[in-house]
Amino acid sequence: MADIRWIDAALSAARPQAVAALLRYFRDLDTAEEAFQEACLRALKNWPKNGPPRDPTAWLIFVGRNSGIDQIRRLSRQTELPDEDKLSDLDDLESEMAERLDNADYRDDVLRLLFICCHPELPATQQIALALRIVSGLSVKQIARAFLVGESAMEQRITRAKARIAKADVPFEAPGAPERAERVRLVAAMIYLVFNEGYSAGGETTDMRAPLSEEAIRLARLLLRLFPTDPEIMGLTALLLLQHSRAAARFDANGQIILLEDQDRSRWNRAMIAEGLALIDKAVRHRQPGPYQIQAAIAAVHARAATAGNTDWTSIEKLYSALEQMSPSPVVTLNRAVAVSKIEGPEAALALIEPLAEKLGGYFYFYGARGALLMQSGRGREACEAFGRAISLANTPAEAAHIRLQLDRLQKEGAEAKAAS
Amino acid sequence: MLYAVLCYNDENAVGAWTREEDDACMARLAVVQDGMAAKNRMGPVARLLPTTSATTLRKSVGEPLVIDGPFAETKEQLLGFYMADCETLDEALDFARDLAKANPGPGSYEIRPVRIYRPSRMKVVD
Repeated sequence: MADIRWIDAALSAARPQAVAALLRYFRDLDTAEEAFQEACLRALKNWPKNGPPRDPTAWLIFVGRNSGIDQIRRLSRQTELPDEDKLSDLDDLESEMAERLDNADYRDDVLRLLFICCHPELPATQQIALALRIVSGLSVKQIARAFLVGESAMEQRITRAKARIAKADVPFEAPGAPERAERVRLVAAMIYLVFNEGYSAGGETTDMRAPLSEEAIRLARLLLRLFPTDPEIMGLTALLLLQHSRAAARFDANGQIILLEDQDRSRWNRAMIAEGLALIDKAVRHRQPGPYQIQAAIAAVHARAATAGNTDWTSIEKLYSALEQMSPSPVVTLNRAVAVSKIEGPEAALALIEPLAEKLGGYFYFYGARGALLMQSGRGREACEAFGRAISLANTPAEAAHIRLQLDRLQKEGAEAKAAS
Repeated sequence: MLYAVLCYNDENAVGAWTREEDDACMARLAVVQDGMAAKNRMGPVARLLPTTSATTLRKSVGEPLVIDGPFAETKEQLLGFYMADCETLDEALDFARDLAKANPGPGSYEIRPVRIYRPSRMKVVD
């Protein structure tokens, strides 16, 4: 009766909470991870025979804790005196078992685990790798594949991250309200990074890296379940869902980028859009706008437009200008300029982005957007120049190929114009 | 008699299904529904988005209160429902048993007789 598929699903669903609770108990990532692995092995043996436990997570925590303690005892017999400091509350094991971890405990445990993974001392690449390994439970091989690096290199990256965490001072007491808010903010940023690792992929790497976007959505949902009334976490989750809803339409069969306005909207994922729109509607009711909510609202305007021609650019321009005031960045201004070009034409947009040239001189999108605007205003030669710069700055072959396509079109038009004259 | 079969399960666990697992499960459930549909017994079917996307309007003395949630205090949440026309409770139970076979694992189906049923008066665009 008991089916291996649902055991798998139950184990991965329980993982963040169980590893987080074991970490609080053992105060060591490796021990917590091993204890969870052991508990999973026992679950695979036990559950098919006895059926699923009423509370799989509590079962895994309890079994993991016992096996972790056994392991430490075994080691200590071989080495030295038992290190009682390594174990908190060994004595009242029974009472702890009886204590059903309530949601508040889970919440702080899981938040701590996520927070540890995005410790400010770790570089972003290590944060992401660690979170995928520890929280999501992806194998080193899977992560290495997604990052397009060798398995041993990824193993090293994760080991280094863990060593740094072990040395860093990680607080284990329940965080106060300000620390909690700060942690949530950092964790949200890390989840967004994971998503972008998957989202910014293209060409042949899309299939390998797309799972990162899906994993980020799972992490965002996890964070939202922990903080179900936080409008920015609703915004983050909505943003990721709305962006990812377009995944199937973003590239053609050859891995070439298809721009938003040219995408086949029937290939957008309606279920993700529905959930994203529901979340952003909910978030807006709180009247505490934040950058994720605004970006989600922009994505929502696109999602609601039946065709590219129906896009409400005036709303998008307003949202970008709100975002610009909230967190000023030349990239945001660049995006606002694109909206302005749809409302007032390319010249107005070009005037807006001209001052950005210095700051965004190394940015692919700047030259891509500038080239497109110049092309629209009939300044072909300058457009060619901008596209040339964009190609040299492209991050992926798909990006370069996309610009080359525009360049080809421009040159063809130029040649035709010449032939006609 | 019209029955509603309400599906309860841990949405964290269901949310952890991979897309392949989800698609495969939906395909197996579709077969069960087709069986009922062939007998002209299958009513509307709905699968709900996670409770994180839900909002609750709580009636109170004055203006109703709008809150996020419901929050998952319980282990299992209402994830969706089927409506089916069954002669007897046993028949409704058989339908639920077939659903359980198609979607094994934890969770439960609540079989609830329907008191009022008004067919849809809207056009759903998928």
